Amino acid sequence: MGAGHGHRLHYHGHSRVHRAPAHLKLLALVGFMLVVVATPREWYAAFALYAALLLGVAVMSGVPLGYLLKRLVIETPFVLFALLVPFVATGPQVEVLGVSVSEPGLLAAWGLLVKGTLGVLASLTLAATTEPDQILRGLERLRMPELIVQIMGFMIRYLDVVTAELGRMTTAMRSRGYDPRSPRHWPVLARALGALFIRSYERGERVHLAMLSRGYTGTLPRVEEP
Amino acid sequence: MSAPVLDVHGLAYAYPDGHQALFGVDLHVHAGERVALLGPNGAGKTTLVLHLNGILTPGAGSVSVSGLPVAKQHLAEIRRRVGIVFQDPDDQLFLGTVRQDVAFGPANAGVRGAELDRRVMEALDQVGMADFVDRPPHHLSFGQRRRVAVATVLATRPEILVLDEPSSNLDPASRRELADILRGLDVTVLMVTHDLPYALELCPRSVLLSDGVVVADAPTYDVLTDDALMRAHRLELPFGFDPRIIGNLPA
Repeated sequence: MGAGHGHRLHYHGHSRVHRAPAHLKLLALVGFMLVVVATPREWYAAFALYAALLLGVAVMSGVPLGYLLKRLVIETPFVLFALLVPFVATGPQVEVLGVSVSEPGLLAAWGLLVKGTLGVLASLTLAATTEPDQILRGLERLRMPELIVQIMGFMIRYLDVVTAELGRMTTAMRSRGYDPRSPRHWPVLARALGALFIRSYERGERVHLAMLSRGYTGTLPRVEEP
Repeated sequence: MSAPVLDVHGLAYAYPDGHQALFGVDLHVHAGERVALLGPNGAGKTTLVLHLNGILTPGAGSVSVSGLPVAKQHLAEIRRRVGIVFQDPDDQLFLGTVRQDVAFGPANAGVRGAELDRRVMEALDQVGMADFVDRPPHHLSFGQRRRVAVATVLATRPEILVLDEPSSNLDPASRRELADILRGLDVTVLMVTHDLPYALELCPRSVLLSDGVVVADAPTYDVLTDDALMRAHRLELPFGFDPRIIGNLPA
């Protein structure tokens, strides 16, 4: 079994950021993101301010910066796209390090990069300081429909189970000569993902049966942690 | 004699696709009994189990639990009385902590507060998992998860505990520990299993289901030593295991 939920992104601690109520943290995150996205990309000083703010929160939370930065790799696809923009965009050209690139493209890339990075870092900080269960409770307090909170809870619970299932399937496929890196084998991967979907769907049905068997009526009973 | 805990009468069922799984099953289980439900793959064992708490509705015949017929208006009470432990504990443990999972059943039945907490700890004590109450279930070993799955059902104080393949995928030590736990419980047990030594060890009586009918209902020792019956219904003892050497275990 892989590491459980809350242990890949969550960093255990008891700082003020950790202890702050989850719904406030969620609101702060959404507010912060909206402000960042709405800021014109030429306002360089504003982004410096945002970064400083975020850094302050991160330092206060006691989560090592390296811990957060390592998890920034999730952003890589966006970074690649952003780096491509100056080369493919049109408009007046400028010389950067002897290469001629599009000026509006350069600005667009900067906007993408800085807004994306700030957003991902802020989300990572929330995830590092808040247990997934607390985030769900916070969403509930923010009046998120109960059904959606339930679905998110199940997603967190079964992420590891489904990942482990996919892991076992690929191990079994590799044992029979499958190479996930070769494009010739990608169709097999697609079929495996289809099979994984069916398996997960069937597991969903079995979980539902097990829930009905214990008297589930459509709402999860609230169980207080003593 | 009082009403049997489980009274299945003439139960027949066909799946919506037309495949008929049960052809008139009769089964009585009395309070305090431990009964093994044996049968080859595809015999209809799981279908039968899903009738016991009203997940499936009989095509013909009836099921009642301690005199209460399994019908829509009684489903909540029936599901409290019949506790089913499914084969894969990952299907049964779906919440964030062991406590929440064990509390799920009784909380659905309206138990709250200190009483709920007491039920949770009592059920976990019965399976020796009280120390794990605040752990996420998926961090436990498979054997531990199976035991917690049993606790999730015990917490509702069922009148009959139905176990689907309780010994599957367990290592020998976990298998034996579970047997000790089951033997120690003061509850009626119906155990679906392919593990014939386990059936002999735990259940004085066995019911053999084959092609949707009950073909034998006798002491487990007699069923396992009836070679013709065993061969006719694709049951085989593990290599080297001979009930005649072990003898009939005391109930």
